[in-house]
Amino acid sequence: MHGPRMSRRDVLIGSSALVAGAAFSTRVLSAAPPASAVTPDLIAAAKKEGKVVWYTSIDLKVSQEIAQRFEAKYPGVKVQVERTGAERILQRIGQEYQSNIHAVDVVNSSDASHLAYWKEQGWLAPYVPEDVAKFFPPEHKDADGMYASFRIFLCIIAYNTSLVKMEQAPKSFADLLKPEWKGKIVKAHPGYSGTILTATFQMARDLGWGYFEKLAQQNVLQVQSASVPPKKLALGERAVQADGVEYLIFKEKESGQPVEPVYASEGTPLIVGPNGIFKAAPNPNAARLFESYCFTAECQQVNIDTGGLRSAHPHTKEKAGRMPLKDIKLMKDDPVGVLKSAEAIKAHYVKLFHV
Amino acid sequence: MTTLATGAPVERRRLGIDISMPVLLLFAAILCLLIVLPLSWLFYYAFTDKAGAFTVANFHRLVTDAAYFDPLLTTFALAILSAVICCAVAAPMGWLVARTDMPLRRAVRLLVTASFVTPPFIGAIAWELLAAPNSGLLNQLFRDLTGADAGSHLLNIYSFSGLVFVISCYTFPYVFVLVANALDRTPGDLEDASAILGAGTWTTARWVTIPLALPALVAGALVAFLEAMTQFGTPAILAMPAGFHTMTTKIWSLFEFPPKPELAAAASLPLLLLTVILLRAQHMVLGRRSYAVVGGKNSEPRLVPLGAYKWLALLASLLVLMCPVFLPYFALLNASFTKIASHLVSADNFTLKNVQFVFNELSETSVAIKNTFVLGILSATAGTILAVVIAYVTDRKLVPGYRVLGFLASAPIAIPGIVLGVGLFFSYTKGPIVLYGTIWILLIAFVTLAMPAAYQQLQSAFRSVHPELEDASRILGATRLRALRQITAPLLRTSVIATWCFIFVGVVRELSAAIMLFTSQTKVLSVLIYDLNESGDLNAIAVLGVFMLLVTSAVVIVANNLPAFGVRRSS
Repeated sequence: MHGPRMSRRDVLIGSSALVAGAAFSTRVLSAAPPASAVTPDLIAAAKKEGKVVWYTSIDLKVSQEIAQRFEAKYPGVKVQVERTGAERILQRIGQEYQSNIHAVDVVNSSDASHLAYWKEQGWLAPYVPEDVAKFFPPEHKDADGMYASFRIFLCIIAYNTSLVKMEQAPKSFADLLKPEWKGKIVKAHPGYSGTILTATFQMARDLGWGYFEKLAQQNVLQVQSASVPPKKLALGERAVQADGVEYLIFKEKESGQPVEPVYASEGTPLIVGPNGIFKAAPNPNAARLFESYCFTAECQQVNIDTGGLRSAHPHTKEKAGRMPLKDIKLMKDDPVGVLKSAEAIKAHYVKLFHV
Repeated sequence: MTTLATGAPVERRRLGIDISMPVLLLFAAILCLLIVLPLSWLFYYAFTDKAGAFTVANFHRLVTDAAYFDPLLTTFALAILSAVICCAVAAPMGWLVARTDMPLRRAVRLLVTASFVTPPFIGAIAWELLAAPNSGLLNQLFRDLTGADAGSHLLNIYSFSGLVFVISCYTFPYVFVLVANALDRTPGDLEDASAILGAGTWTTARWVTIPLALPALVAGALVAFLEAMTQFGTPAILAMPAGFHTMTTKIWSLFEFPPKPELAAAASLPLLLLTVILLRAQHMVLGRRSYAVVGGKNSEPRLVPLGAYKWLALLASLLVLMCPVFLPYFALLNASFTKIASHLVSADNFTLKNVQFVFNELSETSVAIKNTFVLGILSATAGTILAVVIAYVTDRKLVPGYRVLGFLASAPIAIPGIVLGVGLFFSYTKGPIVLYGTIWILLIAFVTLAMPAAYQQLQSAFRSVHPELEDASRILGATRLRALRQITAPLLRTSVIATWCFIFVGVVRELSAAIMLFTSQTKVLSVLIYDLNESGDLNAIAVLGVFMLLVTSAVVIVANNLPAFGVRRSS
């Protein structure tokens, strides 16, 4: 191991920088390495490695799209996408690293606290792509240059418009507790999904666990990934999702499926999904090339246009027909809080929902 | 060896006997390593706390906390119901195809095989497509036919009964294959004797045929019970959305971050204990009877004429086959070519995008396919050799302590794959041998998990081959291994091929150990499909499910026609 060991406090400060600029305004920032540009040498070295392994929790279709765009731009470098829920990724990487198996190059998690955890373990490598250094606001990059916000999205209520009329649709989380929705709700799981864990943290904080206690009485269809509820709505299997990723609701809606997002009157959980590179990455150059590509305005814009995601890159435009982020009442995200209470949240949830 | 073997035949024979015992002991040692090592870890974890000190707290929590006790009860109810349903359906069907003149007997047999090569988790997902309360195709049909309103449904697959139904669908082939094979082997002359003495068809069936098939039926019931008890994929797909756990899904949830292996180990011991009891019970029921039905003199079984009832029998068989085969594959084919899996294929809905996505875009597909088939063939070959030798040793009582061998070979069936996965994980991630991250750890898992069923199958086959044929061979100078190879093995050809296919298919079906032991480079198809299910990519699963059926069937057909196995139509 080289470099000074990170203390837990440093990590917490570092991860809070990801969210709230105010939290670290007094701290001197100097640990991040200088920005790295994509050089012909880097491209050549990446091609020599031939592939990059990306562990991510983004929906499979969206992540494969990103991989294909990268492969088209840098032929000869394959992206092996390993997609599963963020909480599973945490488990898998931990299990692999315990046995000295270093398979992952780049990681992306919908639970921002994971990046802080891996940084604390000393597993991440500092790397700051040019776009991140030049354009990304401080609250969307790690002070020590270990990770930055690859994607931003919301965890929302939504409904199937052929099963529910617009005027009858729920407007708030409180509406979901009404008897008329019993047996009609689909909901994802915080033990699997980083999106749902993050959202559960924010909602339990702002609405109280009482909300979940009552929701557990509604006979919800309990699925795992936060990308499943939008798909169950499109299938017509359930009328309403209590939670799920916003970007797939956009994708389904824009491809003609009868789904509609709802931004709850209490506020909507904000989810940030950072990307980072592992120190022991088997393909370090391909990892850097991929990381650099991920934060370009080009990649970020296609993430928005075809992936339904939102971006922290100021040179991107939101897509017409979608509610702009600034018009939505958001719940405040807090990876430090999530890091501290993840285990308790999962345990409490299982107690209420039995699975 | 060849230079020495040029001597007199007597010389050769003595040498042969000398190497027989060491070979047999070697196999015994392999088995011990396969099973005792992970089981030791299991016991170690069950009886220690996080610091490594002895404790029974894990068991205390197991019986006092409803979060663990309820899944235990659910699991037993599930296993008992499934075993009863499987026997009730499979035994008559096995008899129909083996011993009657029912039309399309061979086709029915082939279709049951198709339901067997279908991994249960694929079946569970297909039944989601068919019988999810709102989007299920059968429920849509029900609403269209009856004009019932949008909220009503005929079937709800996300329920306990739905779970029992789907598990039975994909467990009954175990019983069917065992019963049908046993009936194939039953000699006609015993039935002839019964008929000559004046017994009618049904009396002969009651007093000759059924008792002779009983070991196979009991073995089948046992396998069905234990299969239902240790299933992981189906309950994870159908029970968890409905808000309840079985023991296996509960154990799986204990490995979520942060993992609690000590509780999981403790939770699996009741299952192990129950299996020991069941195996003892089986031994007590069957142990005192003699079932040597293949002797030196043998004749073909007689077919029972069913008369006009044969069409009714065929109809009943086809109706049964609707559930595991026709309806699910219809749903999977439909979902392979539609944009939205709950819509029927139509002109404006048809798409090849799903196929293109799975085979051209999804980067894990090719890795998973390669790993699955390499592991399937390796595991089936290694496992069959091991099972033949162990069944032989235990049936002919060749080494002291053969009972222990038989128990060890049967024991893994009581260990949920996921727990074996953890045992293996701890066995092979540190110490002298590190296998985690390679396909070898998966090979060990698959061979171990396949051993009980393979052993059961070969043991009941051995039990029905009388040692007199071997004795004759040995009297004429053959060594024990040579007698096994030249006399017993050819007699057991059908069973050996069946066992090979059985293990191969078992590997393709295996999910619960694989999910603990895979890494990104050693991912298998079952894990890929499970991942796809958790992220709701039903169309991609449908494409892979149909692909798996085609390729697995191809392998099974090739295996059954390989000249190496001495294919010869019995006259």
